[in-house]
Amino acid sequence: MLTIKNLHASIEGNEILKGINLEVQKGEIHAIMGPNGSGKSTLASVLAGRNLFEVTEGEILYNGKNLMEMAPEERAREGIFLGFQYPVEIPGVSMMNFLKTAINEQRKHRGQEEMKSSDFLKMMREKKDLVEIDSNLTNRSVNEGFSGGEKKRNEIFQMAMLDPKLSILDETDSGLDIDALKIVAHGVNQLKSPDNATIVITHYQRLLNYIIPDKVHVLYDGKIVKSGGKQLALELEDKGYEWLSKEAAK
Amino acid sequence: MSIDAKSIDLKDRFGDFFYRNLERLRDGLPEYINNKREGAIQNFQKYGIPNKKVEAYKYTDLKPAFEKEYRTYIEPKKIDFDLNDIFRCDVPELDTHVVLLLNGWFYETKTPQKKLPNGLIITSLREAANRYPDIVEKHYNRYADSETESLTALNTAFAQDGVFIYVPKGKTMDKPVQIINLLMDEEDGMSQHRNLFVMEEETHAQVIVCDHTLSQKNFLTNSVTEVYAGQNARMDFVRIQNEHNGSTQLSNFYLNQERDSRVTANTISLHGGLIRNNYNLRLNGENCENNTLGLYLTDRGQHIDSYVHMDHAYPHCRSNQLFKGVLDDYATGAFNGRILVRQDAQKTEAYQANNNILLTDDARMNSKPQLEIYADDVKCSHGGTSGQLNEEAMFYLRSRGIPLKEAQLLLMYAFAHEIIGQIHIKPLQDRIHELIEKRLRGELSRCNYCQMHCGDAGKN
Repeated sequence: MLTIKNLHASIEGNEILKGINLEVQKGEIHAIMGPNGSGKSTLASVLAGRNLFEVTEGEILYNGKNLMEMAPEERAREGIFLGFQYPVEIPGVSMMNFLKTAINEQRKHRGQEEMKSSDFLKMMREKKDLVEIDSNLTNRSVNEGFSGGEKKRNEIFQMAMLDPKLSILDETDSGLDIDALKIVAHGVNQLKSPDNATIVITHYQRLLNYIIPDKVHVLYDGKIVKSGGKQLALELEDKGYEWLSKEAAK
Repeated sequence: MSIDAKSIDLKDRFGDFFYRNLERLRDGLPEYINNKREGAIQNFQKYGIPNKKVEAYKYTDLKPAFEKEYRTYIEPKKIDFDLNDIFRCDVPELDTHVVLLLNGWFYETKTPQKKLPNGLIITSLREAANRYPDIVEKHYNRYADSETESLTALNTAFAQDGVFIYVPKGKTMDKPVQIINLLMDEEDGMSQHRNLFVMEEETHAQVIVCDHTLSQKNFLTNSVTEVYAGQNARMDFVRIQNEHNGSTQLSNFYLNQERDSRVTANTISLHGGLIRNNYNLRLNGENCENNTLGLYLTDRGQHIDSYVHMDHAYPHCRSNQLFKGVLDDYATGAFNGRILVRQDAQKTEAYQANNNILLTDDARMNSKPQLEIYADDVKCSHGGTSGQLNEEAMFYLRSRGIPLKEAQLLLMYAFAHEIIGQIHIKPLQDRIHELIEKRLRGELSRCNYCQMHCGDAGKN
């Protein structure tokens, strides 16, 4: 589904990603772990198409298509979803209007008709239950005045509404207490199917108690220095990220 | 009957015209209005049309608009059809007392107005001046500054008609009063109408003013509106400016608020060639509240300038000014807001903000918030921003599949919402939401079913 080859990316001349290789298949959950500043969020942003970063080398293929040639909205319509580390507050844009526009753009892309209002509301209700998000929130402006946990839940709610093929969750666990974490993880697990894939980006092992990854990768200084199964996450938890510098130097 | 001769100085041009037509200007109006004319024209001639050397007009050049030739309406234009046939307000659920001004003259509709109960009055200034001299004389030209404001002086010299609203003590206007200013002629025209709204103690009223051009001619409007809000009066004032690019609209709004009164004035400028809105607001008693809001959407060569003078004269008053604008193409704008807190006005709360979105590199906004505080126990703030749409928010929307253009629209719409959300007349709010959306999408936003396609006038 996703193939990343020798990806280099920089911001204002500073190279952040220094040759990433990654292969994600349908039905898989990948976890990308690493210390602060290792390039995790940059990778997520590049995949979603943020133009803040310049890709200087390498390629990204998504279902055989060159992702770099696609605008962020095209990527989204093709099924890529980024769960933001810091979801943006957009006062004055209602959640309702926002989601309706997003869903209808997606449907237009697939040659489907606009969704009927009654169907849309029904879908909202179903998905709201999944992430236990309050109607008070979905009646407000996008993320406006939401607590940190509510914002993260709202990301998963949007994910549920948009039903993406490839979800990239950027530090969705940061700032969550254990209950919220469970809800978010539950949502992700519920949405898992043999046809979609998820990349979970996290600093801590904790989330991986609830979302069981098929593969774990360790990102360090812009490169994946180690990949393995879910036990790698536990290993990291024990040893911390310190030993990686030695690993990277090998 | 026009003001001509390009070469003579504008002040003399208007002066000559004034004296040549003085008898006609005076005709049918009482002495207490007429005796203000000569002093006013002299004051006007002292200062002339404000040029860019005048600090308050630094960014707005009025000369080209005044140099054009206009037929001036010192007598009402005869039209032989019913205006209601060609013009209908297209906010169907909006139930209002409608009055029309045609080229600045009160337009008598063929279906006579129902008489209002309880001493409420909505009529022409001309009629009111003769029938209710006690009320009119007490307030006429009392709040407007015809001494040093030359445009106001010019209006006072020439004013002959306009709208008069009166709400007697303790009464409520049962539904909003809607004043529709229509400009329509085969020749370029100038209008200098004069409105007076008097709200006595413990009253409540909502007033909507809509400005429209109905023919493809150049128009210049120099209007004065005086509002007296008595003790504990409540007033909502909404104005929708929707004129074509060949129009110049100079609007001079004078408001006097007595203690415990609350006034909200919301001006939505959808379209117009050159718009200058002057707001002179005086909080003349304790515990007043004033909200003065403005939203302007401009493109191509349009220009809008908002000038606010907020005078806090008494303690414990609150005022809030918020002006927001979206400027596209090579449109230009200015905001000049001044809050004056006098020495006695302790415990004042006064806020002022001007936020702008510039959609192109050529669009330009000059913003000048000012505070002048002589009291020591006050809460005041002011600020201005001009920038592009929030890049992070744009990316967030796009990352959900919303195309660039649509994302921009959503954000502009959200930006505008902060103002529109404060229009308290719900059907009007909904309609303005629609109009704003159309306007932002670049679709024509005439807010009426009229048959005149004047939207293209004055292009280029």
